[in-house]
Amino acid sequence: MTEPLLQIEGLTKRFGGVIASDAITLDIPRGEFHAIIGPNGAGKTTLIGLLAGEIAAQGGAIRFDGGDITALSADRRSHLGLARSFQITSLFRDFTALDNVALAVQAHCGHSFRFWSDARRDDSLRAPAQTALERVGLGARAAMRVDRLSHGEQRQLEIAMALATRPRLLLLDEPMAGMGPDESSRMVAMLRELKGGVTILLIEHDMETVFALADRITVLVYGRVIASGDPSTIRADAAVREAYLGEQEATHV
Amino acid sequence: MRVFFGRNPRNAVTVGLLVVLALIPLYAALTGNTFVMTLFTRVLILAMAAVSLNLIMGYGGMVSFGHAAYLGLGGYAVGILAKEGIGSGFIQWPAAIAVSAVFALVVGALSLRTRGVYFIMITLAFAQMAYYVAIGLDRYGGDDGLTIYKRSQFGGLVDLNNKTLFYYLCFALLLASIYLVSRMVNSRFGLAIQGARSNERRMRAIGFPVFRYKLVCFVIAGALCGLAGALLANHTNFISPAMMFWTRSGDLMVMVVLGGLATPFGPLIGTVTYLLLEEALSRVTEYPGLFLGPTLLLVAIFLHGGIAGLFERRAP
Amino acid sequence: MLYFIEQLLNGVQLGMLLFLLAAGLTLIFGIMDLVNLAHGSLYMLGAYFAATFAALTGSFVLGAVLALAATFVSGVALEVIAIRPLYGRSHLDHVLGTFGLLLFFNELVRLVWGPAGMTLSLPGEMLTAVQIIPGVYYPAYRLVIIAATLAVAGLLYILVMRTRLGMLIRAGASNREMVGALGVNIKLLYTLVFGLGAALAGFAGLMQAPILTVQIGMGENILILAFVVIIIGGIGSIRGAFVAAIVVGLIDTVGRAFLPDLLRAVLNTNTALTLAPALSSMSIYMLMAGILVFRPEGLFPAASK
Repeated sequence: MTEPLLQIEGLTKRFGGVIASDAITLDIPRGEFHAIIGPNGAGKTTLIGLLAGEIAAQGGAIRFDGGDITALSADRRSHLGLARSFQITSLFRDFTALDNVALAVQAHCGHSFRFWSDARRDDSLRAPAQTALERVGLGARAAMRVDRLSHGEQRQLEIAMALATRPRLLLLDEPMAGMGPDESSRMVAMLRELKGGVTILLIEHDMETVFALADRITVLVYGRVIASGDPSTIRADAAVREAYLGEQEATHV
Repeated sequence: MRVFFGRNPRNAVTVGLLVVLALIPLYAALTGNTFVMTLFTRVLILAMAAVSLNLIMGYGGMVSFGHAAYLGLGGYAVGILAKEGIGSGFIQWPAAIAVSAVFALVVGALSLRTRGVYFIMITLAFAQMAYYVAIGLDRYGGDDGLTIYKRSQFGGLVDLNNKTLFYYLCFALLLASIYLVSRMVNSRFGLAIQGARSNERRMRAIGFPVFRYKLVCFVIAGALCGLAGALLANHTNFISPAMMFWTRSGDLMVMVVLGGLATPFGPLIGTVTYLLLEEALSRVTEYPGLFLGPTLLLVAIFLHGGIAGLFERRAP
Repeated sequence: MLYFIEQLLNGVQLGMLLFLLAAGLTLIFGIMDLVNLAHGSLYMLGAYFAATFAALTGSFVLGAVLALAATFVSGVALEVIAIRPLYGRSHLDHVLGTFGLLLFFNELVRLVWGPAGMTLSLPGEMLTAVQIIPGVYYPAYRLVIIAATLAVAGLLYILVMRTRLGMLIRAGASNREMVGALGVNIKLLYTLVFGLGAALAGFAGLMQAPILTVQIGMGENILILAFVVIIIGGIGSIRGAFVAAIVVGLIDTVGRAFLPDLLRAVLNTNTALTLAPALSSMSIYMLMAGILVFRPEGLFPAASK
């Protein structure tokens, strides 16, 4: 099957008078590490929202693994194998890290119409959750309440939750936002590990990471794809340099 | 057992309260003060209603302002069947539960599509609708209400006219409700509900079809409250639309919040506190509302998490 | 036919009263994000003040004016003393707190005015029936209610659309934090909005006092209808409140008047006889349920916060 895992065709979304996504067309092959970059307000998070099923598209289609998922709800897409992390951390703050991930595991473990047994003692939920936590380096913090975790740890938890649903496509929205250098390099190492195994769509501002990890890069400006290709092509693209990399130099991160 | 008792002073209060409640009939028998038993039977029944509300409101984050409707529905099921000659509790009580469950299903299916203040107002409106429907039922008393001459019969199994027996039945049912609810909230279902309260967006992102779980929870709570309604009708031998007026729903919410949301015994503590406070104030003054009202306001302003907030000091 | 027109007008009149209540509620909710169960208490105060001042001064109009002022002041005082601590809290806290206020006001009114309720009589001319179209008579006072409320609606429109305060109100309804960040005296704005809502509620209360009721707890029934109006109209939208109020007023009144007979004619059984009055009172809730199925945000949802 050489069909791309994700096919985005003419995806469009308007918020009032603002075009957030302007007929975006993109194919993502299985196993690819694909980065989306662009200036602020380019519609990157909107794109993730559209792909994840949180936002309804007004035009265009999304095909996943050959099937049209455009009208599917977010939870159905999760069951098909899409997982996302949020740009602004969105966790169950009054639960522990382990609880958080266990819930993600639980969502994919059949239905939850079980009313009697203590789910916190259910090894079929807790064990995979612990594994996912360890994979992102949070194993030791499993019993900590989310609102006591550091910002970087919370970002890691976001990834753990996404991984716990055993996805085929990972939609990562600025996973390293607000992380210090140590945490960032740990995150990069983990992303490198994941690469090739699961298909990844990554939004990031850190150009070093993007150019180091990505197989292909797509550049979004004002909701439109202005360039898409492998890193060296993108680096050389005049329009991209003008629209984005110039700005990148000015705001040297 | 550990699911009930955590590790702090509120447990002493809870245990003490349970002991006191268990001894009320004894006290009543010894002192001849039957009013105490009547009062506390009412407390037990309303506490059960509060437990059901806590399930959706405390654990589920669904602030339903129409919960008193289920008390009324359960009560009317018993009352209407009694009037029509069906006196058996084996029919009346399941009917009370079934009617409440169906109403909850319909209201929930419509209301759970909304959130926040919309949800509050919509549940309020539907309960008020039930109130007006009851007023329109001339055959069953309408505005004046309906007297229930004979309590539910259980064919010799238990005589509900025996006040002491009835008291302990209500107590047993209350404890059973508390136990069932605490098992439920820690089960997969319960965690799904609590997750939805904590972050519904997240729940959807990880793959939970949130609506159906909330709806089932809503129906369970309605059914449980319907049973409480059946008990209430038996207790007062009377039902009237006033049981469903929206301010009664407000009372229930107060009881749940006072005791502490999302705690197993909170609803009981809150109900005891509220009803005793009401009772005490009406003995002390002709205008209890003048003190009860501002008390509620102060609780809302200062006591996050109700009275439980007094016990559990948030760790820094 | 006559009866139908009369009911139609009664429906409009009820709609007007509902609009006054709903407008205040929706403003307060839209701008301060506050669920206010004590709104009905201000409605009640308006009626009681009017009855008292009218009796004192011997003039209905003077009594009404004084009552309006008194309700506005009461609203402002209430906001400063009891409502301010609730801003920013969860809606559940609002419900709890304002429910307490509702209980308090019921008791306060009972303390000050006694449990029996009051009456407010109108000058004779107001009660006469006026011929509005040939052959159709309608009480003059009820027409006054409709006219007065339309005038208030017009004033509200001018206030919200044409004045600086109105601009702040609209801005606050769509983005609370921004308005604060702009350095506007938010506290004052909130107090004024609350006072305005109180005045509207009080106006409704005093207007209906001569023909309906002045008694304890009178706000509780109509408050729910006002909530239904807001849900149908869209929270935060005054225009929505207006349209929805008329619709709700009409459906409720006309429904109650005609549905029982209609049902009895159509269903013609014992059950129908029993259920008819009950079903007719359900009509607006059915409407609300219907709207919710298709448009959960209401007919004219205001901009989101």
